[in-house]
Amino acid sequence: MLSVSNLTKKFEDLTVMEGFDLTVPRGSFTTLIGPSGCGKSTFFDILTGVFPKDGGRISWLGEDVSDLMGSAAYMQQKDLLLPWLSLLDNALLPAKIAGIDGNSSREKVSALFSRLGLNGFETYIPQKVSGGMRQRCALVRTLMFEHELVLLDEPLSSLDAITRRGLQALLRLLQSEFNKTILMITHDIEEALLLSDELIVLTPMPMRIRERFVLEMPKTGRSSSPELMKIKEHVLEELEGDSNGTV
Amino acid sequence: MGRSNWIPLLIILIFIVVWEFACGWFSIPDFILPAPTEILKTTIVKAPILLHHAGVTALEIIMGIILSLLVAVPMATAMFAFPSVERTLSPFLVASQAVPVFALAPLLVIWLGYGLASKVLMAAIIIFFPITVSLLEGYKNCDREYAVFFGLMGAGFWKKLRLLYWPWALPYFFSGLKVGVTVATIGAVIGEWVGAQKGLGYLMIQANARLQVSLVFAAILWLSVMGLVMWIFVGFLEKRIIYWR
Repeated sequence: MLSVSNLTKKFEDLTVMEGFDLTVPRGSFTTLIGPSGCGKSTFFDILTGVFPKDGGRISWLGEDVSDLMGSAAYMQQKDLLLPWLSLLDNALLPAKIAGIDGNSSREKVSALFSRLGLNGFETYIPQKVSGGMRQRCALVRTLMFEHELVLLDEPLSSLDAITRRGLQALLRLLQSEFNKTILMITHDIEEALLLSDELIVLTPMPMRIRERFVLEMPKTGRSSSPELMKIKEHVLEELEGDSNGTV
Repeated sequence: MGRSNWIPLLIILIFIVVWEFACGWFSIPDFILPAPTEILKTTIVKAPILLHHAGVTALEIIMGIILSLLVAVPMATAMFAFPSVERTLSPFLVASQAVPVFALAPLLVIWLGYGLASKVLMAAIIIFFPITVSLLEGYKNCDREYAVFFGLMGAGFWKKLRLLYWPWALPYFFSGLKVGVTVATIGAVIGEWVGAQKGLGYLMIQANARLQVSLVFAAILWLSVMGLVMWIFVGFLEKRIIYWR
């Protein structure tokens, strides 16, 4: 379980969060959604060690940590593929850094490439393939992390609708087949409702939890669920209210 | 060849033609300003001598480049890895460039003699600065998101250096190297002017003393061609190594 308690972060006079609490159960898919500039990305920056926290506790699997550096996989909107490496070598990077880039890792990447439609593109450099393929390669790389915890920072927001839909299915796979614990930030309420076990709506800065929805229905066929449509309308109203308040 | 490639050649050609006619028109003596055809004639007639001296200068420059790389790459890396090293060395690095190389040349000849060593060191001193500064700048320009991402993968500094910072800095490194090889001739020639028994700089001094100005120009032509060839070679290497750009 990922547990964050009483987290505080200030930038001079600006209080981004004060006493922020969050619990992400092991093996769950939890999504954070909130108005622009509410502090979601700063929260991830604290988790990934970019910024130090000013106060509070972060613990992963019962152990207190200062950040999740070296213990979480990370995927964001920018694919962060290295332009000088082939798609195969980019996907193998976590294994290479961990010193386990032997045959078994290569076989694992090859299997994932086949599954994600990247077969035949192993030797291509990222600039030679489409944005969707790059993002799929980034997803394979995320799966190659040995870590159980995965942080997703708007991983699909730069993609077109069709590619995005395909990758949403793959994100579900990430959780169900690879038993990952996933914490995702998104601006897309539909994406959050389709993928999450738990949806957390945040307030404007200073960030805190406004509302929490536990989504227990099966993930297949969610798009037509009237219950989810109601939640979607409700969350949208709240977020629109926040943005009107900030104009 | 595109139109834009012809324009510089055309400008050079016009310049040479005007020069040639001006020398004849104003009856300028050869010991003041020889005509381009006279320089070309000297370049061909004296080719064996020029080649012999050019070989020595080229060797000095190449060894200077190698020596500067051996110092610049570890130094830039150490300055990037350890901010205290950067704080300590930066003033010396800047000061080393504030001292005119002309002032250093006699000292180096006294310390290292009239042979290759003093010229190699002169060339290395000139090349060293652009390479060090460019490489350090390249390391520092690495996108922070990538560095954080590598941290999340559990990479320590040296793994980051090998897999991320070094490839990231390569385009900067080559920019510095291109500047370095272009100015490397200056260091070698100054060294040869101060004290040498071989090299194009030595030949220029000897020819100048005998008012063989066309030979001085021929030596300058050889130096320019050497600089251009090295610049093209580094550009070729850059394209081969930085294939992703």
